[in-house]
Amino acid sequence: MKKLTFALLVMLIGLALIAGGCGGDGGTTDGGTTDGGEEAGGEEMVFRYNVGTEPETMDVHLSTGIPEATIMLQIYEGLTRLNEEGLPELALAESVDVSDDGLVYTFTLRDGLVWSNGEPLTAEDFEKSWKRALSPELAADYAYMLWYIKGAEAYNSGEGSADDVMVEALDEKTLQVTLEAPTSFFMSLVAFKTYYPLYQPAVEADPEGWHTSADTIVGNGPFKMVSWAQGQMEFVPNENYYDADAVILDRMIFTMVENESTELTMFETGEIDMTHTVPGQEIPRLEQTGELHILPYLGTYYYIFQIEKPPLDDINVRKALTLAIDREAIVENVTQGGQLPAYAYVPYGIPEPDGVDFREKGGDYFAPDVEEAQRLLAEAGYPGGEGFPSVEILYNTSEMHKMIAEAIQEMWKQNLGIENVTLTNQEWGVYLNTRDEGDFQIARAGWIGDYLDPYTFLDMWMTGSGNNNSRFSNEDYDNLLREVRMTDDDVARMEMMHQLEEILMEEMPICPIYYYTDPIMIKDYVKGYVNIAIGGKDFKAAYIEK
Amino acid sequence: MQYPKELFVPLTEKDVQAEMIRPSITYWQDAWRRLKKNPVAMISLVFILCLLLFAIFGPYLSAYSYSDQDFDRRNQGSSIEHPFGTDSLGRDQLVRVMYGARISLSVGFVAALTTFLIGVIYGGISGYAGGRVDNIMMRIVDILYSIPFLLWVIMLMVLFRELFPATGGGAGLYSIFIALGLVFWLPMARIVRGQILSLKEQEFALAAQTIGAPKWKILFRHLIPNTMGPIIVTATLSIPEAIFSEAFLSFIGLGVSAPMASWGMLASDALSSLRSFPHLLMFPALAISVTLLAFNFLGDGLRDALDPRMRK
Amino acid sequence: MLGYLIRRLLSALFAIWVVITVTFIFMHLIPGGPFQTEKAIPEAIKENIEARYKLDQPLHFQYLDYLGNVVRGDLGPSYKYRGQTVNDIIAERFPVSLQLGLLTFIIAIVLGVGAGIIAALYQGRAPDYITMFFSTIGISVPSFILGTLLMYVFAFRLGLLPAAMWGTPQHIIMPAVALAGLPTAFIARLTRSSMLDVLNQDYMRTALAKGLPRLRMIWVHAVKNAIIPVITYSGPLLAAILTGSFIVENIFAVPGLGKHFVTSIYNRDYTVILGLTIFYSILLIGLNMFVDFAYTLVDPRIKLMGSKE
Repeated sequence: MKKLTFALLVMLIGLALIAGGCGGDGGTTDGGTTDGGEEAGGEEMVFRYNVGTEPETMDVHLSTGIPEATIMLQIYEGLTRLNEEGLPELALAESVDVSDDGLVYTFTLRDGLVWSNGEPLTAEDFEKSWKRALSPELAADYAYMLWYIKGAEAYNSGEGSADDVMVEALDEKTLQVTLEAPTSFFMSLVAFKTYYPLYQPAVEADPEGWHTSADTIVGNGPFKMVSWAQGQMEFVPNENYYDADAVILDRMIFTMVENESTELTMFETGEIDMTHTVPGQEIPRLEQTGELHILPYLGTYYYIFQIEKPPLDDINVRKALTLAIDREAIVENVTQGGQLPAYAYVPYGIPEPDGVDFREKGGDYFAPDVEEAQRLLAEAGYPGGEGFPSVEILYNTSEMHKMIAEAIQEMWKQNLGIENVTLTNQEWGVYLNTRDEGDFQIARAGWIGDYLDPYTFLDMWMTGSGNNNSRFSNEDYDNLLREVRMTDDDVARMEMMHQLEEILMEEMPICPIYYYTDPIMIKDYVKGYVNIAIGGKDFKAAYIEK
Repeated sequence: MQYPKELFVPLTEKDVQAEMIRPSITYWQDAWRRLKKNPVAMISLVFILCLLLFAIFGPYLSAYSYSDQDFDRRNQGSSIEHPFGTDSLGRDQLVRVMYGARISLSVGFVAALTTFLIGVIYGGISGYAGGRVDNIMMRIVDILYSIPFLLWVIMLMVLFRELFPATGGGAGLYSIFIALGLVFWLPMARIVRGQILSLKEQEFALAAQTIGAPKWKILFRHLIPNTMGPIIVTATLSIPEAIFSEAFLSFIGLGVSAPMASWGMLASDALSSLRSFPHLLMFPALAISVTLLAFNFLGDGLRDALDPRMRK
Repeated sequence: MLGYLIRRLLSALFAIWVVITVTFIFMHLIPGGPFQTEKAIPEAIKENIEARYKLDQPLHFQYLDYLGNVVRGDLGPSYKYRGQTVNDIIAERFPVSLQLGLLTFIIAIVLGVGAGIIAALYQGRAPDYITMFFSTIGISVPSFILGTLLMYVFAFRLGLLPAAMWGTPQHIIMPAVALAGLPTAFIARLTRSSMLDVLNQDYMRTALAKGLPRLRMIWVHAVKNAIIPVITYSGPLLAAILTGSFIVENIFAVPGLGKHFVTSIYNRDYTVILGLTIFYSILLIGLNMFVDFAYTLVDPRIKLMGSKE
């Protein structure tokens, strides 16, 4: 009896401890269902955004994910900053001088730049930071984004030294960079997070852990992070930002809720003001609310054909499969997110030097044609789908990929008479590995552009490229790619890239399906945000208007 | 005192019959008799049998296959043509629920079987032996418990793909069967062992030991039947746990290959469109709940029927 | 007694070592590695990464190196969450899962045992059916459905509770209830079943016939014996709940440890997989040892050290 009483007492104490402990926990949520933003009349203007996943790391050089890109965009700034169209605008750099041969860029920084803690920001911070990104010991994934700089690849591969990397701080305000070859999109590149400057004393004080706590992360962007705990991050305006007057918000909270449905519920209860995605099936209903926004996103969703594996080694088979898909139906019924059917590979949203969109100029390279598809299949030796060997579609775990694959499986059955298409779902790690090894026939893939130029979509199909899971190999293609890299004639480059795409669509190593969009929910009272098509949202000038 | 030999006459059949108050029946006959008297349990049993028939033969009776898509009829609620509505690709939900029954029921069956056979015997031996043997056996249980379930599943799926490429879509399901078989008997083993540890010191066990009954007989004839209560409860629990595990795997995307679907997969796919199309969640969820209810009531009935102390 | 304790500890350590080794082997058998990205990385950089994390070393070297660190309490750096160590991750996230888990456990034990006792005492009558019906709901509704429905009703429709996230007492309620559904139901049924076993025993009937006070009989004798299976189940249950339930934590955006159990395998984050497995293993084995001791408290006849022949 005594033992039971004792046990009960323990439980009661335990309960009390828990209840007490909870109340005093960190995190500054006021929970409940209050509205997110508030008027600036005496009350704080707070903006709540759900960034989706927890960042893997806040070290700008080690980071690879898009949620991190958005977070870093708020607290860091580079030499340039991307605007709504994805074009670079001068940011930390006041002016830039490019040499005639397009190889030497000389950046002049603005006057009086300081870090969020008031310390001066100089050109040397850039130099040291870029060299750190390239150091082999750091083993940064995205170090190759800096390989455009002369001497960078050698150093990163362990063959050269840091001194041979041609980036130099001539004085406190001047940074000079020499490139390997003329790179017309270099101004876009320096806006990328791998090119951000870093506050050296913090990095040197704690090389492994400086980026794991809000206290030691020192930035130079419109906001500074004041806390990172319990599943959310909090930001306040950085008073030392050179353009601090442009920042309107009083406070910004990023939550890290991964579950799409939960995120939507939180939006509908008013716990957050903007989501990072929407559950695909709810889109028709949400369109009615007027709060659904379909933002541009530079990417293409496609299927890869492993052209070394029969029957995909036959070009007629590839074309037949491609033409037999009703992309309109998929986009309207399955993905429902305002995506555009893709009849080429490079998506809309890349302007050429003359201002015309690359895709619009290029046009469509094929059109859905079931009869033609059937004819091609017959020519390949499988009239009406008879005798067609079994084919497997590989995709990584996701409801949407599954539905698209199911729809296409059915379309091939109906339109081509192919009965034995199987679907295989693999978990992410296994799936990537399988693709790399070429151990598949058809695999689902998506590619988001790294910068605003068709090259980011075309260079992956070079023979032997690590991203060329299709095993596509075409000498003309490779040669053209090389020419594009070498030339500094902007107009000629575009022309050549159109030719490259033409070769790609002729050979059909891939089956484009649709161009991505970014459907998200945004409350009516949120204004002033900038959506960047290659990923990331800029909240520098965001504000709440009730 | 000497008794004359003639007084000792063997009993005849008639004498024996006259002594008995009622016919002698075996343990199992008695259990069945008691089960029949339990209305709730019998209804559940009938339901489960119907469900099995439904799962096996139902799809042949339907006009639709589980993969027929129709984009014009997406996400519709109940109707005469589609009693369970249609899903996001226009497929008939009723057929898909029937197919789902096959998968979920077989998953549950495998789990219950392994739990019952392996778990009970292992736990019984461990508990009865005690001491060193018990320690070793329980440590093995701890080890198997600690290794992440997900690792097993992924590994098995990969293995299947390597060794039996022909199975294709089935690989997911077979891997789940084996993974479940490897892991699901562990709680049962522990519970049985715990019970046996306690029961073996009780009088009836000591009595059996005294009269020289062999150890295995004590274990299987006396101790385990007296543990039937927790055994049945745990075994019937393993079915929902298995179905939930499979649903969990579907939730994170490992499981049977599309377009096949288990109930767990149907339910977890339906979650994201809950507010737009509640019927997509309702039917699979109802199927899961009602079936599990039936198994539980049947389990309760079995427990009451198999308990030797409730013999009347 | 001391000898027994030492033997238990040694076998526990041995078990943990086996777990580490088997997990290590399995991890490396699965294709893929921690640094796979969809966008391929140039060879030179791949080599840098592998060198930095010693992945280019032969496996047995990595294994021994890891063991050496573990013995010193260093579970290594996370490969995916750079800059964080496994110890950091556990230290930061375990308290959250702990809070959620303890509340869940208390709900399950208090409601479960209570319901089971009532059902057994009133066997065959209304209270039995009612309590068993509710407890069966817990077993037949998967936690992700229960959680989603709770969120829909209480956060969206009624606006009484925050939909998700963590930090205040209101945030714990729904996840704890969703998580407690199955354990409560199971404990209720287990309790009821073993209570009935005990109540129907001859010695109970004798005692009641002799006129001993009923309430005392129930508490002192019936419950004590009936609780053994519940205690058995509590060990692993507590270990599992404490280390976080992936689904509930995912749905309610609870920053606990559960997510890492699953995502670390996806990410092939070897150190996190091993670290979490060791952590879970220690908890499990520790709790099981405690459970065994609890047996002796409840039933003095149970001898753990082996019955004398």
